[in-house]
Amino acid sequence: MKQKLTNRFGWINENNIVENDGRLTVTVAPDKLTEVAAFLKECGYDFLVDMVGMDYGDSLGVIDYVARGADTSDLIALKTSVPDREHPLIPTVSGVWRVAQIYEREVHDYFGIRFIGNNDMRRLFLRESWKGYPLRKDYDADPNINPLPLENEPIADMDTIPVYGIDADGKETVTYRPMYGDDDYVVNIGPQHPATHGVLHLRVALDGEIVRSVDPHFGYIHRGIEKMCEGYTYPQILHLTDRLDYLSGIMNRHAFCLCCEKALQMDVPERAVVIRTIFDELTRIASHLIGWGSICNDMGAITAFMYGLRDREKIMDIFEETAGGRLMAAYDVIGGVASDLHPNFRRRVKEFIPYMRKMLHEHHLLFSANPIATGRMKGVGHLSLEQAIALGITGPSGRASGWKNDLRKAEPYAAYGKVDFDEVLRQDGMTFDRYIIRLDEIEQSLRIIEQLIDNIPEGPYAEKVKGVIKLPEGDFFQRVENARGQFGVHITSRGDKTPYRVKFRSPSMVLVEALKDVAPGGKVADLIMLGGSFDYVIPCIDR
Amino acid sequence: MEIGKNKKTHIKNMRYEDFKDNEYLEKYVEELRQGGVPVALGKLSDIINWGRSNSVWPLTFATSCCGIEFMCVGGAHYDFARFGWEVYRNSPRQADVIFVFGTIVHKMAPVLKRLYDQMAEPKYVVAVGSCAISGGPFKNSYHVAQGVDQIIPVDVYVPGCPPRPDAILYGMMQLERKIKVQNFFKLPQQPEVKESVTPVENEAQYEAKTDK
Repeated sequence: MKQKLTNRFGWINENNIVENDGRLTVTVAPDKLTEVAAFLKECGYDFLVDMVGMDYGDSLGVIDYVARGADTSDLIALKTSVPDREHPLIPTVSGVWRVAQIYEREVHDYFGIRFIGNNDMRRLFLRESWKGYPLRKDYDADPNINPLPLENEPIADMDTIPVYGIDADGKETVTYRPMYGDDDYVVNIGPQHPATHGVLHLRVALDGEIVRSVDPHFGYIHRGIEKMCEGYTYPQILHLTDRLDYLSGIMNRHAFCLCCEKALQMDVPERAVVIRTIFDELTRIASHLIGWGSICNDMGAITAFMYGLRDREKIMDIFEETAGGRLMAAYDVIGGVASDLHPNFRRRVKEFIPYMRKMLHEHHLLFSANPIATGRMKGVGHLSLEQAIALGITGPSGRASGWKNDLRKAEPYAAYGKVDFDEVLRQDGMTFDRYIIRLDEIEQSLRIIEQLIDNIPEGPYAEKVKGVIKLPEGDFFQRVENARGQFGVHITSRGDKTPYRVKFRSPSMVLVEALKDVAPGGKVADLIMLGGSFDYVIPCIDR
Repeated sequence: MEIGKNKKTHIKNMRYEDFKDNEYLEKYVEELRQGGVPVALGKLSDIINWGRSNSVWPLTFATSCCGIEFMCVGGAHYDFARFGWEVYRNSPRQADVIFVFGTIVHKMAPVLKRLYDQMAEPKYVVAVGSCAISGGPFKNSYHVAQGVDQIIPVDVYVPGCPPRPDAILYGMMQLERKIKVQNFFKLPQQPEVKESVTPVENEAQYEAKTDK
C-alpha cells in the first residue's frame, strides 16, 4: 500500500509516510485530503474506523483511521492539520466515507474545526449555546461561563443546520438551512422514553404512521470522559472505561489495557490472557442476554426480559466472587488482571455452560419461533451490506447483513487465536437476523469458554507494574470486539504520566446513525424494534 | 411513644435497629408531630400512608450505568415487587417517585426538572449512585451537574458506583419509612417541616456528631 501511495502521489515521500507497528501513517495537507481519501477508497479502504480530533497546541487537526472493508484489518492513519485556530477549515471526507458526516460533527463540537462541504455542522453533544470548545487545550472550564441550567425550559432550536463553505477569497462562509418544512409533522421520542434505551432524543418526521425521517440528538449523558482522561494517569483512566458501555465494561477495559501494553511493549502472563478472554466472553453473554431481553421487551414481551435478567444474574455472581464487583467488575489492569481467580470460579463456570445451553434452547422455543414475534421482526428494517460498510456498522448488527467484521478473527488478540469458534454471519440484514444472531453468538461464546476453562495456565496473574506509568511518545490505537462491535482506543502520548489525548471509538454511535437510513418508510413501531435490534448503549456514544 | 414510632415505621422482615439513620427519622417525626395531631385525622392519615407506602410506583428513568442495576432490582432475582414498587411508570404523571439513576449533565438538567414538574404531588426523589449524589467519578467534568439536589429536592441518597441491588432496596425501604410517618392531612397549626437535606448539611451534621 505504501508503494501504491508513493506511486500515485508524487508529493508523498519518506517525510510524510511512516510505517509503525504494521500501521501506515500518512500526513497530508488539508487541500490534498480528499483526493488521498478517494484513492484509498478505490484501493478497498472503505471502512472509516474512527476520526480523532487533535489539538497540537499550535495547530488543530484530525486523524482518520481507515481500514479495508473486506476484513476490517490493515489500518491506515491519515493525519492532517491546520495552523489557524480562529478559522480552522478542513475539507470534508463525508463524500468519500458516509459515516464521516457524524464523526466530523463530533470533532466540530469538541475542537471547533469547520468541515467544508459537510452538509450538517450542528454541535453533536453540547447545547448550541455552549461557549467554547471543551477539548481544546486552552478551554476555560470556569462554571460561570457555562452555568448549569436549573429551570424547566422548552427544547432549544434543533432544526437550523449550519453549513460551512469557502468563498472566492478563501474566506469562511456560513449558510443556514431548516431541517424541516412547514408541513412536516415532527414528534419527539425521548430523551426520557423507555424504548430509546437510555437518554437518546429522536426527532421523527411522520406521515401518518409512516416514518419520513429520523434525526437523532445525543449529548444528554455527555460526561466529558475524554477531557477528564487528559488529567488522569493511565491506571486511573481504567475506571472510566468501565463506565462507557457498561454492558461490555470488561471488554472496554481490556481494550485500554491492550493499548497501553502495546505502547509499553509489555508481555502479559499467559494466565492473565486466558482469564481476560473468559471474562470477555462471559460479559458478551451477559450483554447479549440484556440485548435479547430488551428487543423482546420492545415488542411487549416482558417475560423475555425477566428471563434474560435471570440468566445474567448467574454471570454477575461469578464476577462478584472473583472480581468483587457486579456490573463494574474493575478486573483488567495494565499488565494482567487485578486478582487471582476465586477457587470456585472454574466450578461455577462449568455449571453455567450447560445451564445456559438449556436456557438458550428454551429462549428459542419461546420467542424465536413465536409467530407474533417473527411476524414483527421478519421483513422489516433492512440494512444492506453496502450500507453497513459505508456506515461502519460492526458487531452483530453488521454481521447480520453479511459483513465479516469480527476482530476476534480478523486481528486475533488475547487468546482468540488459539480457540476454535465460528464467526456467525447472516445475509438478510433484517430485524430478525439481528435478533437471532445474538442468541447464536451466545452459543459461540460458550464454546470459547468451554475450550479455555480447563486450560487456564498456571503462573502469575499479572505483570508487576509501577504505580505511575509513562507511555512512550506517539499515537497508539487498539481495537477489540465488544458486544456491540469494534470498540477502539486511541492514545496520544507525549511521554508524560498522563495522556495528551484519549479517544474512544464507540460502536454504538453508528448504530444510531443507521436509523436515519433504515427507519424511513417503516412504521413507528418498527422504529422502536430497530432500536432494540441494534442494541445501542447511549453513554458509550456520548462518553 | 417509642413503641408507636417503631410500629409506624415497621417494615416486614427488617428490624427497626437494623436501619441506619434512625435518629434522623425520629427527629423528623418529632418535627411533624409538633402542634399535635388530631386522633381521627391522624388515624386516617396512617391508613392512607400505609397504602401509599406499599404502592410506590417509580418512573422509568435511567441515564446510565445504575439503570442496569435498576433493571436487576426489577428482575426476578431481587424483585422489588415484594415491596409493592411493582409498576414502572413510563409517564411522570402516573409516577410517585423518580429514581435518578446515573449522571445528570448540563443538557439533561432542564429535562429532569421538567419531568419532576410533571409529576403529581406528593412526589419523592431518590438519588441513586455517586453521580446523582455529587457527580461521582465525573465530578471534575465540565458538563456534569455536581449532584442532582442542585436541580430538584432529594429525599433519599443511595451511595455506590453503582449501588448493589440490595442497597437500592434498602434505599427504597428508607423512603417507605419516611412516607409512613408523614402527615397526609396538613393542619394549619402544624409548622412547615424541611423535607430534604443537602449533602453539605448532611456532612455538617455528620461532622458535628463525630466531634462529640
